[in-house]
Amino acid sequence: MSGYVSRYAPRPGTIEPMGEHGQTVFAEATEPVSIELRRIAQTFGQNRVLRGIDLDVPAGQFLAIVGKSGCGKSTLLRLLVGLDRPTSGSLRFADRSGDTVEANARIVFQEPRLLPWARVVDNVAVGLGQDVDENTARVKALMVLDDVQLSDKADQWPARLSGGQRQRVALARALVSRPGLLVFDEPLGALDALTRITMQQLVSRVWRELGFTAVLVTHDVSEAVHLADRVIVLDGGKVALDLEIPADHPRHHGDPDLAVFERRLLDAILGGH
Amino acid sequence: MTAYDVVTDRPSRRRSWVWPALSARHIRLKGLLPFVVPILLVLVWQVFSSAGWISTRVMPAPTDVAAAFIDQVLSGALFHNVAVSGARALAGLAVGGTIGLLLGIANGVSKLSEQLTDTSLQMLRTIPHLAMIPLVILWFGIGEESKLFLTSLGVLFPIYLNTFHGVRNVDRELIEMGRIYGMNGWTLFRKVILPGALPSIFVGLRYALGIMWLTLIVSESIAASSGIGHMANQAREFMMTDVVVLSLLIYAALGKLADVIARAMERHALSWNPVYQR
Ligand SMILES: Nc1ncnc2c1ncn2[C@@H]1O[C@H](COP(=O)(O)OP(=O)(O)OP(=O)(O)O)[C@@H](O)[C@H]1O
Ligand SMILES: [Mg+2]
Repeated sequence: MSGYVSRYAPRPGTIEPMGEHGQTVFAEATEPVSIELRRIAQTFGQNRVLRGIDLDVPAGQFLAIVGKSGCGKSTLLRLLVGLDRPTSGSLRFADRSGDTVEANARIVFQEPRLLPWARVVDNVAVGLGQDVDENTARVKALMVLDDVQLSDKADQWPARLSGGQRQRVALARALVSRPGLLVFDEPLGALDALTRITMQQLVSRVWRELGFTAVLVTHDVSEAVHLADRVIVLDGGKVALDLEIPADHPRHHGDPDLAVFERRLLDAILGGH
Repeated sequence: MTAYDVVTDRPSRRRSWVWPALSARHIRLKGLLPFVVPILLVLVWQVFSSAGWISTRVMPAPTDVAAAFIDQVLSGALFHNVAVSGARALAGLAVGGTIGLLLGIANGVSKLSEQLTDTSLQMLRTIPHLAMIPLVILWFGIGEESKLFLTSLGVLFPIYLNTFHGVRNVDRELIEMGRIYGMNGWTLFRKVILPGALPSIFVGLRYALGIMWLTLIVSESIAASSGIGHMANQAREFMMTDVVVLSLLIYAALGKLADVIARAMERHALSWNPVYQR
């Protein structure tokens, strides 16, 4: 799927904790989109946050974006999902055959942003938009809830869930409409270390199963290296480093080969230019 | 207030440690505890009245009030007056509440509407609405319009203020989320803004209910020819203290009933809120 030839042999005998849930619930896979950014600049008053970003993301790639706090990662994501318009530059989405398309883009934020007054299944159904009839919406929502292993919480109020469970609901809500592009803004930043690892495996698994294009912003370099095909470092409003991570998915924590990439990324972020 | 609660909490805990047996029985009787003081008061009141220590012109005996209650029920006057007052209260709440709600929503959602009306409303709010009674009598006489006007006016502001506040304070991030998922206009309002503002609207409603009864009592005593307030006022002219006290009790009961209904509605509508989950 990633399109890279792996230099690493698959490791036999490793157990993926999500594996017992291996059967794919998703009948229809998504049509991933490729992204083409040209000279994207974003300015807030005197603050030139993005200063000419050129970036091509192939359809189905998992791209991670890292960088210092305030370097404009969220700003870039908001442009990708159409929440803001760039000051200048162009942005284009295309399908596999290269035709320009509307990206069915979804975003998962650090905070789950669930409606507290809607039950879990109804929160997921929000992801289907307004034109779907209630029964269909419920059936689809329940299917996706099953895939994030929250079927038993379908009729709970969000207030009754743990932080990790809420974030899984938010993920289900983003997935239910089969997005061509799924964008994450530090989605696991507020979770404890163990929940983070489970969530990373979940994100990786749904990406592999559904095949959408993924863009993940994270402040955790090891998370970026663990999940992504490619990591870019944003600095000074530009792409300071563009690094491919040619390892097979799923990947495993503590892999020494990945540690090399982590060190290079950390150097790029912290060590100046 | 909290500090006070903590202080009063301490002796009772110490007592239960000294007399553990008594505290166990306490727990079983706990449900009756709130009624002990009122029942004792009524008993003492009855004893004092029967012994002739309180003049019936000052305070009728509880048995006299009960007798007046039966009288009024049998003659049908009580039912008539309660119905009249209740209808006035509901009409005032409906009119004032609707106006307050709509203005609150409009001003919460639209900057233009807020700039247009908020300052005027805040100015009107500072006038005690009961001070307008003389003017209202000049305008409407003592007909139904005067009561409707005053209760509506009294109810309007708490509902307006709390609705406005509630709509304004709906989580911006939730609204943005709704927009991302294609909600706008009416859908966004129905699914995000209104439910988000509802807790605050209920605060306004319960506050408004208090003002509603207060306004009704005053305006019925001054300018009415029916209703509980009128009943009390007429009884005063004939020195029927039992009926006066009965009227007070009925107001208290109606006020309590309204609050119980409002609380039940609140619990039902806000059942998603952890505060209301048991
Ligand atoms: N709507 C806005 N109006 C004005 N300035 C903004 C706006 N959004 C972002 N900025 C500014 O743009 C800069 C980049 O913000 P952004 O949120 O993209 O950073 P970030 O890389 O996501 O940081 P973090 O890792 O802390 O989330 C900041 O200086 C911020 O103040
Ligand atoms: Mg950010």
